[in-house]
Amino acid sequence: MAGVILEARGLDVLLGDYQVLWDARLAVDEGEMVALLGPNGAGKSTLLNTVSGLLRPRAGAITFRGEPIAGLPAHRIVARGLAHVLERRRLFPYLTVEQNVRLGAYAPAARSGREAQLARVKALFPILEERAGQPARTLSGGEQQMVAIARGLMAHPRLLMIDEPFLGLAPRVVTQLVEAIRRINREGVTIVFIEQNVELALSLATRGYVLESGRVVLEGRSAELLRSPEVRRIFLGG
Amino acid sequence: MGCVYALIAAGLSLIFGLMEVVNFAHGEFLMLAMYVAFFAWALARLDPLVSLPLAALALAALGWATYHGLIRRVLGGPMLAQIFATFGLAVFLRSGAQFLWGVDFRTIKEPLLSGRLSVGGVFVGLPQLAASVLALGAFLGLYLFLSRSETGLALQATAQDRQAAALMGIDTDRMFALGWAIGSACVGVAGGLLAMFFYIFPEVGGAFALLAYVTVALGGFGNVPATLAAGVIVGLTEVVAGLVITPAMKYAVVFLLYLAVVLWRPQGLFGRF
Ligand SMILES: Nc1ncnc2c1ncn2[C@@H]1O[C@H](COP(=O)(O)OP(=O)(O)OP(=O)(O)O)[C@@H](O)[C@H]1O
Ligand SMILES: [Mg+2]
Repeated sequence: MAGVILEARGLDVLLGDYQVLWDARLAVDEGEMVALLGPNGAGKSTLLNTVSGLLRPRAGAITFRGEPIAGLPAHRIVARGLAHVLERRRLFPYLTVEQNVRLGAYAPAARSGREAQLARVKALFPILEERAGQPARTLSGGEQQMVAIARGLMAHPRLLMIDEPFLGLAPRVVTQLVEAIRRINREGVTIVFIEQNVELALSLATRGYVLESGRVVLEGRSAELLRSPEVRRIFLGG
Repeated sequence: MGCVYALIAAGLSLIFGLMEVVNFAHGEFLMLAMYVAFFAWALARLDPLVSLPLAALALAALGWATYHGLIRRVLGGPMLAQIFATFGLAVFLRSGAQFLWGVDFRTIKEPLLSGRLSVGGVFVGLPQLAASVLALGAFLGLYLFLSRSETGLALQATAQDRQAAALMGIDTDRMFALGWAIGSACVGVAGGLLAMFFYIFPEVGGAFALLAYVTVALGGFGNVPATLAAGVIVGLTEVVAGLVITPAMKYAVVFLLYLAVVLWRPQGLFGRF
């Protein structure tokens, strides 16, 4: 088994006066594909936002490739090879598709390899070429999600975190995205993603974490989680 | 004159578009730029056209310092704190100017450019014409910078989604400071140009700032190209109203136009809401 690429321990995170995460943890091995599961408001997005530096934890430690990153500003963390695709895609609406994607390689380390990486993501998502000059806000949800993932890949990440990539998309588009994410993973990028549909999440991921009310309540291999009565209780109310 | 208004308004619009902070000291920044031009002339015999880069740089530094010294501290705070911060700065700068330089009207004599030019029967002052052309040039430069350069795109990205921009590796704090520097440099250029033919006194910024707010609101907040169109509209309205009705009424007509547009399209003529 390859080494640990990301490890977060004991994370307490507050939004305003309100504590959202309690002693949360997340450990990911190099090359893995890990799903983050949990009902609405469980704190899944907050966990990823803390790892990528958008939020600062009140307590806890985060190491990425062996170095502590908790408390670093987000733009420094992405430069180290940890990319984050936000919930609801969050493209720059008035910039074109091409401008959006190019900005993904803004960090100095990624900028030198920009053209080669652009060719690679265009091969993965042909839509990027077709819609290059169009403002991002004029794209459909599925197309926007592809642009958002492509933009994240432009940073040349070792670890890519994607927040609800399939939210609100047609089954055909979901299948397409699942294929793309598998391929990205096969080509060596470690992946953490959030998905509320247990079956979909665990068919794609090798391992999963389950959050409930701001705490990690379960973790394990996908097959184990699928059989777990605890998962059944949380997600099916049974 | 429309082009000069547009340039003043562009500075305001850039800062607002970037971080939703209205710089109520924008007019005072303009006043300071005019004094920079004045003292460059009075002390070193530099014509405003020659000292233009100096005015731009001085104001860029002022904008940068304002961001770091003042704005950054109130950013997370309530809206009211932000309003009072720049409003207080405006009062401070105006009284400071009165204290240091008195309330006298000053003018720059023997400018490099003077006289008038007849364009199709209408007389246009040569300094005014030069100011318009240079302001237009500066405006186009700003537009090209924002829409073509890597840093310009990063500024736009920061304006459109600050968190997503940070995740691209953009240092959004640096972009904010840069936005303040560039936005203030715009009034630096505008002030240097106005100093060629306008009276210079501590209160001079007020009227121009008011027109700048109107121009920005007309064009739609945070939309730089639209600001140029709005600036030209405001400038033309002013001239036409001054000729057709009476010069005393020209600002009344401008504000009437503003009210009409705001009632009809609250987001501005070219707004993006
Ligand atoms: N800006 C905020 N201020 C205060 N509380 C917030 C804020 N944003 C989110 N919360 C709360 O924090 C908790 C966790 O939110 P988070 O977005 O991390 O959940 P999530 O698991 O991603 O949910 P979802 O599946 O709906 O995306 C929720 O209870 C939410 O109401
Ligand atoms: Mg979420």
